[in-house]
Amino acid sequence: MISPGAIGLSSSVETAPVVELINVTRSFPGPPEVQALRAVNLRIDAGDYLSIVGPSGSGKSTMLNVLGLLDRPSVGEYHLDGQLTSLLSEDDRAAVRGGSIGFVFQAFHLLPHRSVLDNVLLATLYNGVPRAEREHRARAALDRVGLNHRLNFLPGTLSGGERQRVAVARAVVSSPRLLLADEPTGNLDATTSGEVMNLFEELHADGLTLVIITHDVAVAERAQRRVRIADGQLSELA
Amino acid sequence: MKLQRWLAHLPTRLRFARAPGKAAEATPKAALENVAVAPAVKHSDRFLVQDLIIEASFGIGARPSRLIMTTLGTVLGIASLVVTIGFAQTTAGQIASQFDAVAATQVVIEPGSSRDARGKSQSTARLPWDSGERVERLAGVERAGLIAAVPLGDVAITAVPVNDPSAAETLSPPLLATSASLLEAVRGRVVTGRYFDSGHDTRGDRVVVLGANAAEKIGINRVDSQPSIFIGDRSYTVIGIITGVERRSDLLDSVILPLGTARADFGLPSPDELQIQIQTGAGDLVARQAPIALDPNAPENFTVQAPATKSELQESVQADINIVFLILGAIALLAGGLGIANVTLLSVMERVGEIGLRRALGATKRNIASQFIVESVVIGLLGGLIGSALGVFAVVIVSLTQGWSPVLDIWVALGAALLGAVVGLVAGAYPANRASNIEPITALRGGT
Ligand SMILES: Nc1ncnc2c1ncn2[C@@H]1O[C@H](COP(=O)(O)OP(=O)(O)OP(=O)(O)O)[C@@H](O)[C@H]1O
Ligand SMILES: [Mg+2]
Repeated sequence: MISPGAIGLSSSVETAPVVELINVTRSFPGPPEVQALRAVNLRIDAGDYLSIVGPSGSGKSTMLNVLGLLDRPSVGEYHLDGQLTSLLSEDDRAAVRGGSIGFVFQAFHLLPHRSVLDNVLLATLYNGVPRAEREHRARAALDRVGLNHRLNFLPGTLSGGERQRVAVARAVVSSPRLLLADEPTGNLDATTSGEVMNLFEELHADGLTLVIITHDVAVAERAQRRVRIADGQLSELA
Repeated sequence: MKLQRWLAHLPTRLRFARAPGKAAEATPKAALENVAVAPAVKHSDRFLVQDLIIEASFGIGARPSRLIMTTLGTVLGIASLVVTIGFAQTTAGQIASQFDAVAATQVVIEPGSSRDARGKSQSTARLPWDSGERVERLAGVERAGLIAAVPLGDVAITAVPVNDPSAAETLSPPLLATSASLLEAVRGRVVTGRYFDSGHDTRGDRVVVLGANAAEKIGINRVDSQPSIFIGDRSYTVIGIITGVERRSDLLDSVILPLGTARADFGLPSPDELQIQIQTGAGDLVARQAPIALDPNAPENFTVQAPATKSELQESVQADINIVFLILGAIALLAGGLGIANVTLLSVMERVGEIGLRRALGATKRNIASQFIVESVVIGLLGGLIGSALGVFAVVIVSLTQGWSPVLDIWVALGAALLGAVVGLVAGAYPANRASNIEPITALRGGT
């Protein structure tokens, strides 16, 4: 069975890592020029569970955007599933994002005029999730983040943590192979945060590759691999 | 498989994670599965027009008050176009119906007259007895018939032969003689019985037809019993009663007999006038050719009353009004289009976050562009529909108060509504293009 995630992604080599960054630099032309990432090398294998920590403004979100094909490295190579991403067309990139990658944005990015359910359904719109399954899967995802009593609420009427959980439900609804989460527990209390992490880890157990940016030490320590970014430079913690 | 497993988890609420040991085994398999390159997405599961329309309608519906302001320009533009065309068509219909009715399709030819030395009017020409046949050969002539007043002198027309000199003098109806084809030439209708034919005419049969008013006055309303009337002491059989003569309503008050009979019995010297029914617009042509057909040697001796072809002045005035309104409509439409473009652009700017999100969720540039295009097309179409409806309404209301019959091509109304959609399409093109070219990362940073 081919998951929707197959679109545009193929691994030429069985052992190819999901993500391979080679000397990736992302600089924003100034003035003053900002080097948000400097010569980053990173390999993430399928099924890895990685947390990224680092001070504010160190380049974590930039890293996530590059990984998610939302941004392009200024210098360096990014191989995704063994494929050099700079060779992908704009449409291919969109298809990979939609089909294989799930995002939890730091700023959530929920549509204010759409219900919670619609916001989650939005993630099934462009990536070929079978129409008949969409609503069921969206409801199930919301159920798993404990929001099945808020299906028809507008995001504006939700608490910060609830919004965050909608964003999490949206990220997992299309069963991505790579989940990129930018502070997915930033607004959550310890219990809810733990529940969201449990959800992620269940999915991880099923083969999901997980990258989580966090300030929360407890969250970071649950990951198998931990990397630290400081001033755009990446170092792997033991 | 992965999906099914994922689904298997779904009913359970958040619970403690299992040991993530299975991941290692699951992965190579998942990787293998994904070797397949071809997107195995069924067409029905792609992003389709129906999705597009739903997404666009949410975009439009999000700000109803703005929607009203946005459509206003288009509404006005389309409405003024519809009103302009509607009034042009209504007036044209009005003129055409008057034009059609009587005057425009009737030509009357009389022999010219001149005054002699003693100031007495004298005919300078005579209409030939076969004028009708001669003229009917001309292009544009539908029917032609001769008519002449028959001087009665002191002869009375009565229903019974009266020889009683003491009886009060009743006023006789006028006596007219016509050719058989005259009834049609002046658009009369037979109420009962029949009009005489050319046979009666050539034989000089003693038959008459009564105008409806004359028949009433004389007291005859049926002809199946072959009633007779007396002109002087000669008896004539009444074979029909006519009505509806628009052109020569004096026929209704008259007793009418065939020209041949009038010549034989009353010594009628010549016909008085030739009534010609023509096709619309043939007035000039017939007016030029008919006198020649009547007398090739001296066509100038006939006086011709032909309808003026539609007043040129009137036409040009109307054309001016149309142009002014059309230009106003076009300007309003242009403003409407700019309004839509402006608001769509504004909405693109406001919704960069949404654009970025959709791009992150797999929307292609095309998906984004078409969403904004559809939004502006729908706005334009909405404006077009409302404007068209308002325009039709205005035309109908004004026509009714003026007593005109409103004329408006249904295609004008529908076309105008569609024109609104086209305006939306054109207006949306630039903002949609802008929207689709925003880099996902810029879009995501731009909005919340
Ligand atoms: N488009 C841009 N133009 C200029 N500078 C940028 C741009 N995007 C990011 N930066 C800079 O790059 C640096 C890294 O930004 P980034 O958002 O990755 O930080 P972060 O590690 O996610 O911080 P936080 O933990 O606060 O979210 C910042 O100094 C920021 O100002
Ligand atoms: Mg950040």
